[in-house]
Amino acid sequence: MTMSSFDVRRSSGTFDRTLLLVVPGLLIVLALFLYPFLFGFILSFSTGKGTSLGNYAKFFSTPFLSDTIGTTLWISLPATLANIGLALPIAFVTRRYRFRRLLTTFLVVPITLGTVLVAEGLLIYLGPQGWLNRFLLTTHLSTSPVHLTHNYWGVFLSLIISGFPFAYLLLLSYLTGIDPTLPQAAATLGASPWRQFVHIYLPLLIPGLAIVFCLSFVQAFSVFPSAVLLGAPAGPTRVISIAAYQAAFEDYDYPMASAIAMIMAGVQLLVVVVVLGARILFYRGPSSGAKG
Amino acid sequence: MQPVSPNAEGKTPNAERHGSFQQLRLDQITRSFGGTVALAGLDLTIQAGEFIALLGPSGCGKSTALNCVAGLLPLTGGSIWLDQQRIDQSRPEQRGFGMVFQNYALFPHLTVRRNVGFGLLMRGVPRREIRRRVDAVLELVQLPAHADKLPGRLSGGQQQRVAIARAIVIEPSVILMDEPLSNLDAKLRLEMRAEIKRIHRDLQRTTIYVTHDQEEALSLADRIVVLNEGRTLQIGSPEELYSQPANLKVARFMGYRNIFDLEIEHAEESRVFLAGSGIQLEGFTQERLTTGRAVVTIRPEDFVVDTAEIAPDSINTRNIILGQAEIVEYCGRDYLADVSTPSGLLLHVRTSRRVVPGENLRLAVPAERVLAFSPE
Repeated sequence: MTMSSFDVRRSSGTFDRTLLLVVPGLLIVLALFLYPFLFGFILSFSTGKGTSLGNYAKFFSTPFLSDTIGTTLWISLPATLANIGLALPIAFVTRRYRFRRLLTTFLVVPITLGTVLVAEGLLIYLGPQGWLNRFLLTTHLSTSPVHLTHNYWGVFLSLIISGFPFAYLLLLSYLTGIDPTLPQAAATLGASPWRQFVHIYLPLLIPGLAIVFCLSFVQAFSVFPSAVLLGAPAGPTRVISIAAYQAAFEDYDYPMASAIAMIMAGVQLLVVVVVLGARILFYRGPSSGAKG
Repeated sequence: MQPVSPNAEGKTPNAERHGSFQQLRLDQITRSFGGTVALAGLDLTIQAGEFIALLGPSGCGKSTALNCVAGLLPLTGGSIWLDQQRIDQSRPEQRGFGMVFQNYALFPHLTVRRNVGFGLLMRGVPRREIRRRVDAVLELVQLPAHADKLPGRLSGGQQQRVAIARAIVIEPSVILMDEPLSNLDAKLRLEMRAEIKRIHRDLQRTTIYVTHDQEEALSLADRIVVLNEGRTLQIGSPEELYSQPANLKVARFMGYRNIFDLEIEHAEESRVFLAGSGIQLEGFTQERLTTGRAVVTIRPEDFVVDTAEIAPDSINTRNIILGQAEIVEYCGRDYLADVSTPSGLLLHVRTSRRVVPGENLRLAVPAERVLAFSPE
């Protein structure tokens, strides 16, 4: 076997000039992500009277602000779990579906539309005069309009509609990455389809589920447009991003807004660390048959 | 080591050994994918305890046949019978056939012990019983030391043994093996071949073994089914296939490397007399050859090689071919030589006699080792 020129250069120990190609990308990352992040981080410590933890202290001592953590978790965690709970069985059933490409194309549409358009659509469709309520009322399935907008459920539904395709597509790729001979082997050993799922698919999907959970959760936790448009932004759906928005653009208190953003990042990080940490309890190796 | 039977439940040894059936019958089993027929009407009756090899080049339908028997692929035609019971509609988990996959398909998240015990767990065997039977079968495949490792930490040969152990511990009535040795290196392949033979001798389980290697098929099987492009070319014992291939394709597959056209001079029953390219041969045929051209096949090792006393083109005796060695490969035990005749025929010859390039040789071939077929 001949080594490719890439291997030769990599093993020679001298500086590889092709590495310089990374520089532009690195600069963009530094300029667009790291610098604003660090700037906000430092800004969050500045108060009117110099640098301190004052903004953080204020956040946690003001229930109007600190309650937003609970409110946001109360929306984002159930929505994430519901997304995965829906996406997993549907991905499993459709993994060998003949029209899977059509289905995935169809499901990608909500992602491409963006949350604002989806929220507007839901607002009209689910509203008191929307199609859903008209249908329920004319068919006498319900005697009064069902309230699904401007409350918790409006935001929840919008998170499902924008989050489900994402979870579905990710889980589908994890599922199809599992060596198909493994469940076949389980079948020849007497495992019914359900037990193949429980004993083979599920354990091998744990790492994928953890990643999908983290990505879905971070998306749901930073919910903003649908919480404003479809929710009750003054009350039950006053999520943490609304608090940050109000601090920044209604009170013009950028340091406070930065502090809220940092707290938001901290909560997300905490959940992600807990979930990824729990992965250690499970098998994390390759999901194909062991190599020869 | 002592052969350890993985079961000791006090069933009668014979019924235990042969499973619970007399015959596994494949009746015209057919499988097509879209418009292409991968397997066209395979007919085979397998006696309990028999070792069957499905042999053929890749894409010949042998793996398709195995997957159909396992229940992993539905048939598009034909039926499968276990004695009087039709089984081709039942799901793989209901058939209870043990299968060894080409890539072993070991569950990467389970230890060797739990991989092997998986089938017993699915059958609701009590935990202590599972442990005992898994220990016994790991002993049989000589892997007790690795019971608590994950498959990814084992070598290819060890993984292969785990796959076999996992398939036989459930005491299946039939064991199906899909090219189980193809991922191993040459030395390990020989060892594992002997291992499979030993396990079959000890347990007497009905086995269907898929391979593209005729040596593997010849050494392991009681009967061989040669397949090509989904069609059955020949079914027979290793000896039959080796000495009496039914047609040119099988002959080619069985190591008849010298294949050339000659003119039929005359034929008497199965004996044919052929001539052409400056040589005269007496051979045998299973077809009705009377006149015209015929294809002659001879295996490289069937030539008796001697020094040519006289110049190559000065003599013309039946079943003696004179020629000159061109390329000679030394293969340790013997030599592989390409010998060209004055008329330009190139013959592959295998001999233990030392051959040097440029040497004039006299190749004798017994009439019963010359097979003639009608041209394809």
